[in-house]
Amino acid sequence: MDLTSINPILFFASLMVAATPILLAAIGELVVERAGVLNLGVEGMMITGAVIGFIVAVSTGSPWLGFLGAAVGGALISQVFGLLTQYLLSNQVATGLALTLFGLGLSALMGQGYIGIKAPSFPDLHLPILSDIPYLGPIAFQHDPMVYVGLLIVLAVWLFLNRSRAGLILRAVGENHDAAHALGYNVRRTRMLAIAFGGACAGLGGAYLSLLRVPQWTEGMTAGAGWIALAIVVFASWRPGRLVLGAYLFGGVTVLQLNLQAAGIAIPVEYLSMSPYLATIAVLVIMSAGRSPGSLGKQFHAAR
Amino acid sequence: MPSQVWAWAAPLMAVALTMLLGGFLFAALGKNPVSVIRTIFWDPLFSEFAWFYRPQILIKGAPLVLIAIGLSFGFRAGVWNIGAEGQYIVGAICGAAVALALYPMDARWLIFPLMVVAGALGGWVWAMIPGVLRVRFGTNEILVSLMLVYVAEQLLSGMALGAMRNPDGMGFPGSRNLAQYPSAANLDLIAGTGMHWGVVFALIAVIFAYVTLSRHLFGFQVRLAGQAPRAARFAGVNPARMILLCMGISGALAGVAGLFEVAGPSGQISIDFNVGYGFTAIIVAFLGRLHPLGILAAGALMALTYIGGGIAQSQLGLPAAAISLLQGMLLFTLLAVDVLTNYRVRFGRREVA
Amino acid sequence: MKRRTLLATTAALLALGTGAFAQSDDVTKVGFVYVGPVGDGGWTYEHDQARQAVEAEFGDAVETVFVESVPEGPDAERVMTQMALDGADLIFTTSFGYMDPTVNVAAKFPDVKFEHATGFKRADNLSTYSARFYEGRAVQGHIAGQLTESNIVGYIGSYPIPEVIRGINSAYLHAKEVNPDIEFKIVWAYTWFDPAKEAEAASVLIEQGADVILQHTDSTAPQAAAQAAGNVYTFGQASDMAEYGPMPRVSSIIDDWAPYYIARTQAVMDGTWESTDTWDGIGPGMVGIGEISDAVPAEVKASAEALRDSIAEGSYHPFTGPINKQDGSVWLAEGETADDGTLLGMNFYVEGLEGDIPE
Repeated sequence: MDLTSINPILFFASLMVAATPILLAAIGELVVERAGVLNLGVEGMMITGAVIGFIVAVSTGSPWLGFLGAAVGGALISQVFGLLTQYLLSNQVATGLALTLFGLGLSALMGQGYIGIKAPSFPDLHLPILSDIPYLGPIAFQHDPMVYVGLLIVLAVWLFLNRSRAGLILRAVGENHDAAHALGYNVRRTRMLAIAFGGACAGLGGAYLSLLRVPQWTEGMTAGAGWIALAIVVFASWRPGRLVLGAYLFGGVTVLQLNLQAAGIAIPVEYLSMSPYLATIAVLVIMSAGRSPGSLGKQFHAAR
Repeated sequence: MPSQVWAWAAPLMAVALTMLLGGFLFAALGKNPVSVIRTIFWDPLFSEFAWFYRPQILIKGAPLVLIAIGLSFGFRAGVWNIGAEGQYIVGAICGAAVALALYPMDARWLIFPLMVVAGALGGWVWAMIPGVLRVRFGTNEILVSLMLVYVAEQLLSGMALGAMRNPDGMGFPGSRNLAQYPSAANLDLIAGTGMHWGVVFALIAVIFAYVTLSRHLFGFQVRLAGQAPRAARFAGVNPARMILLCMGISGALAGVAGLFEVAGPSGQISIDFNVGYGFTAIIVAFLGRLHPLGILAAGALMALTYIGGGIAQSQLGLPAAAISLLQGMLLFTLLAVDVLTNYRVRFGRREVA
Repeated sequence: MKRRTLLATTAALLALGTGAFAQSDDVTKVGFVYVGPVGDGGWTYEHDQARQAVEAEFGDAVETVFVESVPEGPDAERVMTQMALDGADLIFTTSFGYMDPTVNVAAKFPDVKFEHATGFKRADNLSTYSARFYEGRAVQGHIAGQLTESNIVGYIGSYPIPEVIRGINSAYLHAKEVNPDIEFKIVWAYTWFDPAKEAEAASVLIEQGADVILQHTDSTAPQAAAQAAGNVYTFGQASDMAEYGPMPRVSSIIDDWAPYYIARTQAVMDGTWESTDTWDGIGPGMVGIGEISDAVPAEVKASAEALRDSIAEGSYHPFTGPINKQDGSVWLAEGETADDGTLLGMNFYVEGLEGDIPE
């Protein structure tokens, strides 16, 4: 047993990387849920983004274009969900599950010719002076660009929700769609845009796995990350700031248990792996129901 | 009011539409669409070997129907238990625990019924967690029940590798095979028919649900709570009681479904014991329009796509992904045509009214 | 179900038993049941490569069919039965969890030959086969022990089962032999396939000082993590992973089922198929050692190849005494080699490895 072999600086650095795909997917879902829509299809959109991003990156040779393609692809497939739930008024839970099923199938078919190929490389950002700062440098300034893009998106969402008029409308739509409608806001259009944003972010999260973390295309490679993203949104009680905390906590538990194992400390892995989910439930209980978006998961129909 | 005609015609239309869209998909994959569709939807029922496939539909469909029936009560009443997968796992673990604890005792009259009770209890307890939290603290049951699925999956893997690992299994993960332990086995009641206790329970559940929903006060309250929550409160429906009952029914049914699976068709607690029945059952519940008979038909249809899908894979070289795509499309089309049932579409006006 | 159809069912089953369905057409039909998608790039992918090799070898004389992503349990039993009904002559079931289903189906179809990978239950028409991957691990340990400068080797295990423990022991013994100061850091990923988690496991090991990573999980994620870290060596697993050579991937263990599948198909065609228990290693080609890259010093490469060859020709067994168990008790005396039974159920570490095998 040797706890000293765990280097806290490197621990935080790798935690940031581990948390990035779920953070990306979760920030998108957060916006969707703040608009009052529960999309359980995150896993399906993520894996679709993973495959599209990979295909685009391999064919163009540019990882940046790959990420762009993944965002567009995720947004497009999310519009299937949007169309069904917002215009055809289908049930959100069932439609979200169907989207996951659909995305897993679609991605496997699309990716058939891309197995065993390596993605074009994407060098780490080495910010010249900043990354040489002791302690802080390796933690904060030596990652691939997408780690920062993820954090920037979170910041942008925070600003959008709390500092912009459009964000206010989006929150109003999520809290009480009837009142928002009565005030003359277009509930459907707001929600469609939110869903598209959620799809794009999930796509980015998936592409982070296929282009940076793994980086290769294999079927089913998201392996449940989309579901974890859903948990984080709840854990964060729908607040962008806490979302980062939640993503780092979830990513952190995985990295921590691997670290403890490598340091030779016997831990019951299964039981430790349960802990973030139990923590999420605890958070849900503590903060009580009043704080979740009032219209979450409910259908909106102008005539009612 | 939903139109009665459309209530029945819409699902059929959805299936037809799925076949059409699926046909394009299969053609795009370079397969003959007609033969693929026939292989998936027709061959399991009427081909040379249908005598083998028909019982398989019961085996595959029973857990789906059993879970979906339970869920349908809650879904009607606006109680969203989407964690049936977790309740299914915990039911299986509890049921198997009884059998493994008493192994190798020879007393089927005691052990098997005890397992069924333990399975139902396990699922019930797991569903009561989100239920009680909702009632007591107003916590969102969708999210809690979903979280508990992951907890249950970790518990399952812990059991398969630890406490329940087969001592004679050469160190491999997984429990003893309960199907080979006569006192605990859930085998075909009549050999070769696929008719095991889970199927019997599923049919009883369908009848029970049908009678309850159409003839019993509770069924009326469930529908009222879902359609007009305020009216329900005035009619004396206690919302807390309603939530606990709906969660309890769905949890217990998912739990016994897990027990019957682990004691029979599957046979053992293993890391990958759960294959998504709990989530697929949600689809089945909606496909069946939350109506007991509809769920029965939807469960059979879903089972058919799995079985036909397997045949299409091996006979026609169709990738497995195409099957999951087809199932996704089936649900999409059904949800899409639902609009015809619930709302009368008038052409020429901007809004659907 | 009506009684009449029931009788028909029974009759049909009896007919199967007497071989009425074993059509004697010229084409030999071979079925494969896969646990993952053929696109997993690892375990199932390699089995499917071997299936394609069978097709290439025999051309029109065979027809192969496969079903992918078949869950262990009733689905597996159904898929196998369906293949047998469709006239398969030989069926390979490629996951440990298919053991009981394969036994059940084999009992129903005495004229169809079954081959179950990595299991231990056999019958007259049911063979088992597996690969001695620990032989490949010995070569990896031998190279790893000499490449490492930090004297720390990281090992990513999947689940704590005999197959994986055997690999760890084998790699450790041979690393220790060439480098007495070697230390193994072992993490269990508790998954066969979760690329993100594998990447994290590799990063953690590298952070804790490992400069050689061995993996018993199938994705290339650890390779990528090692490449990003720079001076870290890895070995391909299941597939060659040559796209990561010459650095970080310096060699690999390749699952090569093709020779076995071709031989067994041939045996069915010739009518010489018998139920066997095959556990092949480097010699017969079931375990392939991928090209050792130039990142390995020439003399290390030469000695590793010599080790590989001596294992292949059977003159050396990777578990040759004296070997003690972790607690210091004697397992193998001087010159004694391990018997297959102990190896198959191996649930202990050898002396020198630290930590406990998780329960």
